[in-house]
Amino acid sequence: MPLNGNIEEITSLTSEIVDNFQSLEGPMLPILNEVQKQFGYVPKDSLPVIADKLNLSKAEVHGVVSFYHDYHDKPQGKNVIKICRAEACQSMGVNAMSEHLLQLLGLKWGQTSDDGNVTVEATFCLGLCACAPAAMVNGKLIARLDTAKIDKIAKEVQS
Amino acid sequence: MSKIFVSQDSAAVALGADDVANTLAALTPNSDVTLVRNGSRGMFWLEPMVEVETENGRVAYGPVTEDDVPSLIEQGMLDGEQDHPLSLGLTEEIPFFKKQTRLVFQRCGITDPLSLDDYKSNDGLKGLQNALDLTPSEVVSQVTESGLRGRGGAGFPTGIKWKTVMEAQGDQKYIVCNADEGDSGTFADRMIMEGDPFVLIEGMIIAGISVGATKGYIYLRSEYPDAGIILNKAIALAKADNILGLSVMGSGYPFDIEVRIGAGAYVCGEETSLLESLEGKRGIVRAKPPLPAHKGFMGKPTVVNNVISLASVPLIMDKGAKFYAEFGMGRSRGTMPIQIAGNVKHGGLFEAAFGLTLGEIIDDIGGGTSTGRPVRAVQVGGPLGAYFPRDLFDTEFDYEAFAAKDGLIGHAGIVVFDDTVDMLAQARFAMEFCAIESCGKCTPCRIGSTRGVEVADNIRDGNNAEEQIEILTDLCNTMKFGSLCALGGFTPYPVTSALTHFPEDFFPKQQIQAAE
Repeated sequence: MPLNGNIEEITSLTSEIVDNFQSLEGPMLPILNEVQKQFGYVPKDSLPVIADKLNLSKAEVHGVVSFYHDYHDKPQGKNVIKICRAEACQSMGVNAMSEHLLQLLGLKWGQTSDDGNVTVEATFCLGLCACAPAAMVNGKLIARLDTAKIDKIAKEVQS
Repeated sequence: MSKIFVSQDSAAVALGADDVANTLAALTPNSDVTLVRNGSRGMFWLEPMVEVETENGRVAYGPVTEDDVPSLIEQGMLDGEQDHPLSLGLTEEIPFFKKQTRLVFQRCGITDPLSLDDYKSNDGLKGLQNALDLTPSEVVSQVTESGLRGRGGAGFPTGIKWKTVMEAQGDQKYIVCNADEGDSGTFADRMIMEGDPFVLIEGMIIAGISVGATKGYIYLRSEYPDAGIILNKAIALAKADNILGLSVMGSGYPFDIEVRIGAGAYVCGEETSLLESLEGKRGIVRAKPPLPAHKGFMGKPTVVNNVISLASVPLIMDKGAKFYAEFGMGRSRGTMPIQIAGNVKHGGLFEAAFGLTLGEIIDDIGGGTSTGRPVRAVQVGGPLGAYFPRDLFDTEFDYEAFAAKDGLIGHAGIVVFDDTVDMLAQARFAMEFCAIESCGKCTPCRIGSTRGVEVADNIRDGNNAEEQIEILTDLCNTMKFGSLCALGGFTPYPVTSALTHFPEDFFPKQQIQAAE
């Protein structure tokens, strides 16, 4: 459940997360993965807490967060649609299908709708290449996408 | 009493396997039906596939939707009757399956992935048991003699890597499994982790005891959440059974495994970038030397092996190096799980000894395109692999044979394209992908890829195409020889192969028309 937390809430929960993972070798990614899971994104106010507890500079933590595609600096939409844009899915026409989806939702790649309802993201390979094209909608995998399935996805997230 | 199998492989689930399994369970509430969620047999055009155990072996039905389940039951599926139009006969007689040599995938799709009893009664742990009876250097020799080469793509001899780590001095050593399978067209790692996780665990333990490492990490990409869940369950079961822990199977060797989830960075499949990421840093590629075998995770001697490399080891230790080495051709020994993907009629995983020709794989096994149009190009080895035209379909599946044709087999993923493919667009995508995923450390990759996209756009616009093509070729040379790792270094493979084999897509239309 993404929390629209205030600073105190973010600080205390982040601090708790760091405590849980700090004993691991290389605890940074497990910490950031958990922070993102709890908040739905990596809040700016989490960074000083992580930096302080791991004895790093805030810039170093920011550097790690900004390197990885998975980490977001603001909440994503209530629904998240990830469409695979890699070669196997291209060979089965995903480019036209994703254009169609973006048009239906009035969004661009990586964009979240103004009402915060839906985000569409490109991803590169979900490992479903023998039944392409593939997508992940709110964590659920869908293979052999076609226009009918795209229409259904758009309808479901908009209802 | 019927035993029914519906795969829990995430590709099968993405095609509706959960709905099929739930419907089956709902329609057989009081009957003597055991439903097993197994791995996938790897024939994805038939998934969701339902299998029923009979006296003669398992019979299959597929592809099954939840709406088909009532009629299947009505027509005797629970007794293995073969009257329904979706009947496929005995699973192992399906030509795609029958023609394979399943060594690494011997249990995948057959056993319950999380049943240690299933694992043990199907030759599981025999390799580890044999390894425990040998000295570490004898185990390393076996792996070397088997001819096993790194299945992640680089093809480096696994035994030599292990020997280096075994001989390295260190108070702590590590086994790191590279499960960052990001290449499009590949899913063998995912299938084995979801379908037979214990074989990876067993392979890592054997690696650990032979090089003197006590800790293993599986660096798993975040795009594979189901594999992570299954691996963690399997590790917990292995610990409870003393396969992992302070004394591996009572041997006195300690070994433990932890799963670490990545955060969406293709470059982290490169071993040094992976190690940086595992240490909690930006996934920036390291310069080599020092090799990870000398200074790897936390600066300690580390074996970094691909999932399939590690999963091949238990079989080698069970059946012997000689048994394994008898398969294959040239310096490519053993079997390779070939992944046939993209626009193909019979897409899936086909494990076979090295040496099939590309044409056999695409036309005979894959059955051509799924759209029914002619095959125009196939990309072998992921986004950094070359595009092959039909003229080169006589190339044998072998590391050296592919290198001789300016290509690579990589992780053995093959993506098929029909004649609607635009090869200039594919070349541009290769550059775009490199630009998105570059770690930024070296200039040829970081800047070259962005310039590459621009040059491809200029070619598309017919903007002095010939000069631009010359620039593109030059750029590819710089990237190939000047990049620090395979991301920048191999991006030229898809680009130059597209240009070499499909030049007609690069020159402006009016020019070709004028020439006609």
